[in-house]
Amino acid sequence: MEYIKNIKKSYKLKYNITYYIIIAIVAVMSVMSLTGDLKRSTMGLLARIAYSIIMALSLNLVVGFLGELSLGHGGFMCVGAYIGCFCANYLHNVIGSPLLVLIIAMVIGGISAAFFGFIIGLPALRLKGDYLAIVTLAFGEIVRNIFKNLPWFGGAMGLSTVTYSSNSLFIVGFVVVLLVLFLSQNLIRSKHGRAVTAIRDNEIAAKAMGINVTFYKLLIFVISAAFAGVAGVIYGHFTTPVMYSFFSYNYSIEVLVMVVLGGMASLNGSIIAATLITVVNFLLQDNLSGDLAALRLLIYALILIVVVLFNNSPAFKPIREKYSFHKLLEKLSSHRKPGTVTDDKADWNKIESKIPMDEVLSVDFRTEEATPASDFTEKEDNDNG
Amino acid sequence: MADVVLKIEDLGISFGGLHAVEHLNLEVKEKQIYGLVGPNGAGKTTVFNMLTGVYQPTTGTFSLYGETLNGKTQEAINHKGIARTFQNIRLFTNMSVIRNVMVGLHNQPEFKCDPFSSMLRLPKYYKTENAMRARAKEILDIFGLLEERNSLSSNLPYGKQRKLEIARAMATNPKLLLLDEPAAGMNPNETAELMDIIRFIRDEFNISVLLIEHDMKFVSGLCDEITVLNFGTTLAQGDAQTALNDPEVIRAYIGG
Repeated sequence: MEYIKNIKKSYKLKYNITYYIIIAIVAVMSVMSLTGDLKRSTMGLLARIAYSIIMALSLNLVVGFLGELSLGHGGFMCVGAYIGCFCANYLHNVIGSPLLVLIIAMVIGGISAAFFGFIIGLPALRLKGDYLAIVTLAFGEIVRNIFKNLPWFGGAMGLSTVTYSSNSLFIVGFVVVLLVLFLSQNLIRSKHGRAVTAIRDNEIAAKAMGINVTFYKLLIFVISAAFAGVAGVIYGHFTTPVMYSFFSYNYSIEVLVMVVLGGMASLNGSIIAATLITVVNFLLQDNLSGDLAALRLLIYALILIVVVLFNNSPAFKPIREKYSFHKLLEKLSSHRKPGTVTDDKADWNKIESKIPMDEVLSVDFRTEEATPASDFTEKEDNDNG
Repeated sequence: MADVVLKIEDLGISFGGLHAVEHLNLEVKEKQIYGLVGPNGAGKTTVFNMLTGVYQPTTGTFSLYGETLNGKTQEAINHKGIARTFQNIRLFTNMSVIRNVMVGLHNQPEFKCDPFSSMLRLPKYYKTENAMRARAKEILDIFGLLEERNSLSSNLPYGKQRKLEIARAMATNPKLLLLDEPAAGMNPNETAELMDIIRFIRDEFNISVLLIEHDMKFVSGLCDEITVLNFGTTLAQGDAQTALNDPEVIRAYIGG
């Protein structure tokens, strides 16, 4: 009984608005795809958004919450895509239901990527900062080159996969997005999440509190790699063949841009940024044809610079505050949590000073203060004498 | 005779040719407040770092209730029952006050919950989280920080940050609490309050306290026994009044 009460308490609208927004959008899109109102390209875009969000969420666990820079996340996605889709190709002969095959492939892809996360995590997590970034970068490049040279996975031609029509794939994709969001949010809001953020904030103090730093670093790395592997399987069923060239460090950096743009340690931010970047990329690819196509990356970079400037420049602060997401949420849930300490909103400049400061300052206090001071010296003299 | 909690025997560490601490012997007894004093650079914090496993001592041993602890990791030593605070406050600055204390509760056996039950929000998750929150509130109440529990720890005034650090260390349920300059940067009122708090937690939690402090009033008013260090060697040992009046100690502090 208590369990149900707890669940009810933790699923108030306020805390879980992201779930409802995603569910609402996906529901509308699914209905539209069933009635045939949705363009094929839009459905493809939705599938791309789905795996981008999963990648951004998974990288945010490492970069935002653990505070370690990983530049090889494409590598984990690559492992998931190749191994998951390789198994799926065989499973299609055995199991009739394509949905079941996809689910099994995602599980296999996730587990194999997690295994690689564990292998690479063991030595790499002794390193910190820049050094870890270099090791993960190298890992990403090594993994995709291994798959490029293995004949079972199609070699340089890529692994050809059975693609699913995108009008059903994006629904599966978003269900996985919700699942990943659910899992990572719960992890972050639990004692384990607190331990991880404690390590990020102050590793020395976390160790002194008896937190097993190596275990948590490895745990986050493994979970994050597993999510990336699942994203890889969705990618593999969206495009064929699975090409090693897609998982280059450029893609890893793109995912990192999503995380940084959305805000470190903000899961909602990662979702929004991943959607935004994927849509912008898609629109630019779609609309710029011929000679203008060369401008795509330039415009993309310009948009990123403008967004980053808007997010951080003090000049835009009033605009940011006026249209902030948090304010909107506060308006939606009109009551505050009790006990929350908020900033003092009083404006000191507006308080009229009733004390005539000039008069106060012109009074000479020296004469009045002289007496106790002399008392003190007398006492000292007496003591000495 | 009360039981010996911490026993340090011939403890020493050298960094290259520098002997930071040499031949340190001391015993902290049950429910005792023990002071470690000495001029700057005497090696006091180094002793703390050895006792918590940050540095590995080059000679000697230390043991808690007869169990030798040198060579263990920081986490393992904390599990055995030594908690500490830091000279320069090390709070988890991006977390609220109550979450700081909840991190301290992380390893308590009654709050066990594996990552997968947490990720799936199984009943165990709610049980541990609610129990942890309740316990953290109790601890914050003892330290008078309950009102500020939801504010960011970096927004607290300095004295309260010190208190929070002690509260967080107490959350790990230690047998011995190491305080590294707890009164640094506090005004006289706060210092007096801190003395009461330290006495109170000793009686409330039945622990021993080993502390480093420069404020001699604080030390002589609070500590049952002290050790004076200078350049890594022990100058004097005994109850506060005798040790602080030792001519060697006065020379080390004032010179001459």
